[in-house]
Amino acid sequence: MACKGKAHKFGDNVNTDEILPARYLNTTDKAELSRHCMEDADKNFAHKVKSGDIIVAGRNFGCGSSREHAPVAIKAAGVSCVIAESFARIFFRNSINIGLPIVESPEASKGIAKGDTVSVDTHGGVIKDLTKKRAYKIEKYPPFMEQIIANGGLMNSISKRKR
Amino acid sequence: MGYTITEKILLKHTKLKAIHPGEFIRAKVDICLGNDITAPFAIEEFEKLGAKDVFDRKRVVLVPDHFAPAKDMKSANQCKRLAVFAKKHNLTNYFEVGKMGVEHALLPEQGLVLPGDLIIGADSHTCTYGALGAFASGVGSTDLAAAFATGECWFKVPQSIKFVYYGKPRKWVGGKDLILYTIGKIGVDGARYKAMEFCGETIEKLPMDDRLTMCNMAIEAGGKNGIIAPDKITRQYLRSIKKEKRRPGDGKFYASDKDAVYNETVEIDARAVEPVVACPDLPSNVKPVKSLKDVAIDQVVIGSCTNGRLSDLEIAAKILKGKKARSNVRLIVIPATQKIYLEAMKEGLAKIFIDAGGVFSTPTCGPCLGGHMGILAEGERAIATTNRNFVGRMGHPNSEVYLSNPAVAAASAVKGKIAHPDEVV
Repeated sequence: MACKGKAHKFGDNVNTDEILPARYLNTTDKAELSRHCMEDADKNFAHKVKSGDIIVAGRNFGCGSSREHAPVAIKAAGVSCVIAESFARIFFRNSINIGLPIVESPEASKGIAKGDTVSVDTHGGVIKDLTKKRAYKIEKYPPFMEQIIANGGLMNSISKRKR
Repeated sequence: MGYTITEKILLKHTKLKAIHPGEFIRAKVDICLGNDITAPFAIEEFEKLGAKDVFDRKRVVLVPDHFAPAKDMKSANQCKRLAVFAKKHNLTNYFEVGKMGVEHALLPEQGLVLPGDLIIGADSHTCTYGALGAFASGVGSTDLAAAFATGECWFKVPQSIKFVYYGKPRKWVGGKDLILYTIGKIGVDGARYKAMEFCGETIEKLPMDDRLTMCNMAIEAGGKNGIIAPDKITRQYLRSIKKEKRRPGDGKFYASDKDAVYNETVEIDARAVEPVVACPDLPSNVKPVKSLKDVAIDQVVIGSCTNGRLSDLEIAAKILKGKKARSNVRLIVIPATQKIYLEAMKEGLAKIFIDAGGVFSTPTCGPCLGGHMGILAEGERAIATTNRNFVGRMGHPNSEVYLSNPAVAAASAVKGKIAHPDEVV
């Protein structure tokens, strides 16, 4: 998976209540969810974000509730990838399951600044900060996850297995 | 090399001969759970897959509890999708309003959780069931959809951290204080991806309700699951559920091997733990109640999957009996299930809360997640027996939530500010 866009920076422990506040959980409409993406962490995020942009955050991104609405809103808002120092586990598995690329890199999380143009190549295992002309190595997904991602998410994987 | 209780349960649910931390496995689930927020997504995905039937109509559990009884039209539509799906698939365990309760209080009470089970729920506090010696972990809606269809879920086998508690807890200190103290010590990502195994002489004597509270909050330290080896207290708890209601048998009682491998061992002197609160905006921002001065509050919430069980209400009632909540404080008490509601009526607890100027609500997750039944306005502050105090968790992004045990919450209602129970009793 390769993506490229401008970086939006966030801090540590950004939780799912900030990513998609519970007051918007009474729907599964993806377009509606995207309009409230990151609302309690950055009120104007949904207006600012452009298709392909990348979220760069600190430790434990996506902690808190299991709401899949959080990664769904991020993906539906056009974000192409989330880079963080680390991810909370339910958010991580939800993102893999719905096919939102997310990668861990403490170095990139610290090195990339707001507004930098960043590219991510999960297959090649590299993040590039094109503004600062710096590259960061990332670990490739384990084969088990690579399989889910290659199939376009968990449900497609199951569908394939059944056939 | 031996296995931890978590590894044993996971292994038992695969066809493998051995497992190791870090390994990816596909395991069978005994129960999978969804609610009115997470199940609609799962139902959509399940139907997109073109699957005809759920893997086992007795093992798919649906509980509309977050925005139920429906708070608005959109929520009503979400709840309806659960009801329609339950009817279509003839689900045994769909709990409509009137039968429902806060899911993580409801499932153990209904005998749907047995020791040795592997349970997933599209709700992060699914880890609660570890209190009965089950492996239980929160997942997302897509995982739930996959489980509906296949009866399986994928896992990365977690490393375990052993938390050993010793000594007799002080007066007014409960499971809530022990777990908040622990989270304060290790941080909100201190157990990220790991199994939290609670043990030691303090835990061996700890009542089931307090065990449920502790395992409930494993997720607040980033844990994959919280777990306590089943024992006499577990067996007594199972026996207290009517047999005809319960799934057959007593489950399987696993214990960690003596030579099991742990990532870390943390020892905690329970005698040193005071009643504590988690201050905004993280559950790890834990301070002794006594260290807080004049923190005025607008609202008190006693309830939730963390502390909405009968013993929690009994503790709160003990403090509130014959007293009034401060006139400028809204006291909201929410028994977690219909059974607890009835028992609270029978014991006269409901009257104590109402006489104190509080409301006694039908079961719902409601205010805990800023859903309904007690949303905070801008600039307001609450103390709650719930599990999260993130920015905007209970309402306006500029409102605040302090987390505590039921005794501290009740004492704070009387004082109009965060207070130690000794200040009131």
